[in-house]
Amino acid sequence: MKVRLGLGSCGIAAGGLQVLEALQKEMESRGIKLEIQKSGCIGLCHHEPLLDWIEDDGRVFTYGAVDAGRSVEILEAHLAGCGPLEAYLVSSSDEPAEFLQQQLRIVLRNCGRIDPESIDDYRRQDGYSALQKVLAKMSPEEVIEEIEVSALRGRGGAGFLTGLKWKATREAGGLYRYIICNADEGDPGAFMDRSILEGDPHAVLEGMIIAAYAIGAEQGIIYCRAEYPLAVKRLEIAIAQARQKGLLGQRILGSDFSFDISIQQGAGAFVCGEETALIASLEGERGMPRLKPPYPSENGLWGYPSSINNVETLANVPWIIRNGGEAFAALGSRESKGTKVFALAGKIERGGLVEVPMGTTLREIIYGIGGGVKTGRRIKAVQMGGPSGGCIPAELLDIPVDYQSLSNTGAIMGSGGMVVLDESSCMVDLARFFLDFTQKESCGKCVQCRIGTKRMLEILERICQGEGQEGDIELLEELSAHISENSLCGLGQSAPNPVLTTIRYFRDEYEAHIREKKCPAKQCQELLQYIIDPDRCMGCGLCVYACPADCIKGGENNQPYYIEQENCSKCGACLDICPERFAAVRVPGT
Amino acid sequence: MHFYSKNKRAEEKSFLDAQLDLSPVLKIIEEKRHEKGSLIAILQQAQDIYGYLPLSVLKCIARELGIKPAKVYGIATFYTQFRLQPAGKYQIMFCQGTACHVNGSERIESTLCQELKIKRGETTPDGLFSLESAACLGCCSLAPVMMINGQAYGPLSAEKAIAIIRKIKAAESSSLVGGETK
Repeated sequence: MKVRLGLGSCGIAAGGLQVLEALQKEMESRGIKLEIQKSGCIGLCHHEPLLDWIEDDGRVFTYGAVDAGRSVEILEAHLAGCGPLEAYLVSSSDEPAEFLQQQLRIVLRNCGRIDPESIDDYRRQDGYSALQKVLAKMSPEEVIEEIEVSALRGRGGAGFLTGLKWKATREAGGLYRYIICNADEGDPGAFMDRSILEGDPHAVLEGMIIAAYAIGAEQGIIYCRAEYPLAVKRLEIAIAQARQKGLLGQRILGSDFSFDISIQQGAGAFVCGEETALIASLEGERGMPRLKPPYPSENGLWGYPSSINNVETLANVPWIIRNGGEAFAALGSRESKGTKVFALAGKIERGGLVEVPMGTTLREIIYGIGGGVKTGRRIKAVQMGGPSGGCIPAELLDIPVDYQSLSNTGAIMGSGGMVVLDESSCMVDLARFFLDFTQKESCGKCVQCRIGTKRMLEILERICQGEGQEGDIELLEELSAHISENSLCGLGQSAPNPVLTTIRYFRDEYEAHIREKKCPAKQCQELLQYIIDPDRCMGCGLCVYACPADCIKGGENNQPYYIEQENCSKCGACLDICPERFAAVRVPGT
Repeated sequence: MHFYSKNKRAEEKSFLDAQLDLSPVLKIIEEKRHEKGSLIAILQQAQDIYGYLPLSVLKCIARELGIKPAKVYGIATFYTQFRLQPAGKYQIMFCQGTACHVNGSERIESTLCQELKIKRGETTPDGLFSLESAACLGCCSLAPVMMINGQAYGPLSAEKAIAIIRKIKAAESSSLVGGETK
């Protein structure tokens, strides 16, 4: 028997460490010796913190929303032999949660199941056997061929064929080559790479070592976001363990191949996810992209040929080598092979990490796995690909998720952020939100991107404040075209996407803001006013306690309350708390 | 009079800067001097030591590496991780991710600003709180989220966020009354 706790960043944020402490204390006081394994995130984020009880026969019982008290109850139930404790059970090996049942896990195969700080745990799951196979039986060309057969495409966003990239890097010649792992996951709303690094760091290392062998690199660098301290820590541990076991360093596993990996922490610049900007940052410069070609595969870090691959791409590699490129190519759709991990978030009932074969429809992911919209409201759109992507309206939920179908909608596959929006999300406000982001993250090199995004943001802000003018939509479209055409890198080229897709599918919302000065979703604060209907207010005073701005006055001698508009922060707390039978707080005009 | 006091403050600041012990940063430079492209790593480690990047440290790095101060400053201002002003004792990182945004983070942040009487990127005059934004903290299923000194709080509402801040304030003022200043 043993206990396993999900201690990724998300599990810790949800209170996983308090559970660990409570369990340790309880066991100590009872004199029980039971192994507590710390794992990464299994992706059942909506149930965090998670606790697995693992029986000796291998059966696993997963409990959700565990706190200190519950963990002791679970411990007691199992030790007394009356478990599992149905009340808190969310999944078990006999009856997996719907959320997990409909997934196909290749990249996430070990996440939440093994101890990411133990190389032995990884090896028990066939870990590093792909590397052994490669070093013992395959030439670098054969490795590249296998990846080409698999038709694996880069999972960072652009979807370039990985095999082709490796081949180009290998054939670029020269004495020295680099393999770089892009772990600068910056899309707001995406956390797949973090979960992989925290939950299964050795899979990324193994993929990287194989890649290095294939392209002929002696040195690898992982460029990881500094905002992911736990991922960095687990990578450091994994690298040290791999060195100790002879999987990194001189003459790996007795072969002629030598290779080592170092970690470089990013310093917080979204644009550094672009490969030439990433290289500039590695060279200690401001992270500004440069013109391509020459591509990094010819002229990369310090001028040497470099292959830059995303975390998820590399984590696929060991599986492909073990099972063959054809097995991988058998999964997915005609043009997009294999699986893709998505970070399902927003207004969703069951949010978390989802891995499905390419070609699965959005509806299957959102309703089948995610359980639909959280609030009971209707789904309005899905935002895919973060600030470079776009909004796909509810009518198009039946499109398959693959590179081509998504780009036909105006959105992109991106790195895998999937944010579900319901009727209470304002699409103009969302476009403004993303433009605010890209405008701040623009490195400033290209005029169109630097100034154009600023002008677009100003227009969107104006519209959200009820000061939109006729012609604003057309102006936004015109600016978008200029920015996309004249920017050097993906950040600028794709920056207008959130605006263009929302105009394309939700033009009526823009028009309502501009012409009628109304926000149909009731989100744009400037267009809202909260009032208390004096005829309906019963003077209960609940809103006074709820108001964080202390702007609800009146109420003496059972008189109705009123809102001081000048101090109102428009948080809506009064509207939420006012009992339904009174319904005294209203937003006029909606 | 106004100008005089402003100059005096600047003088005081450079005086304080001059008092700074530069030996730890010199040690880092010594270790990294021969590594190509190590400027960002040096700045990161310097910030770990001082909590921010004082002007004198930037100048020292430029002098030691033989590069222009403008270049060091250029890099320190390009990346959001670097801070040129000291942070508050409690560093609030407010998540600006998409999931947080659609779950109403903006309104919570504005109430928080009202409560602390500072704007994003500022520190309260007592040095207790600084409010910063993060592109995404990656705990989207807890949205809306904020992180205070590495500890994540979520899902937040305006009331919850203010309660957390007030609790910290109360704990701080009681420890001051008790004479324990940490």
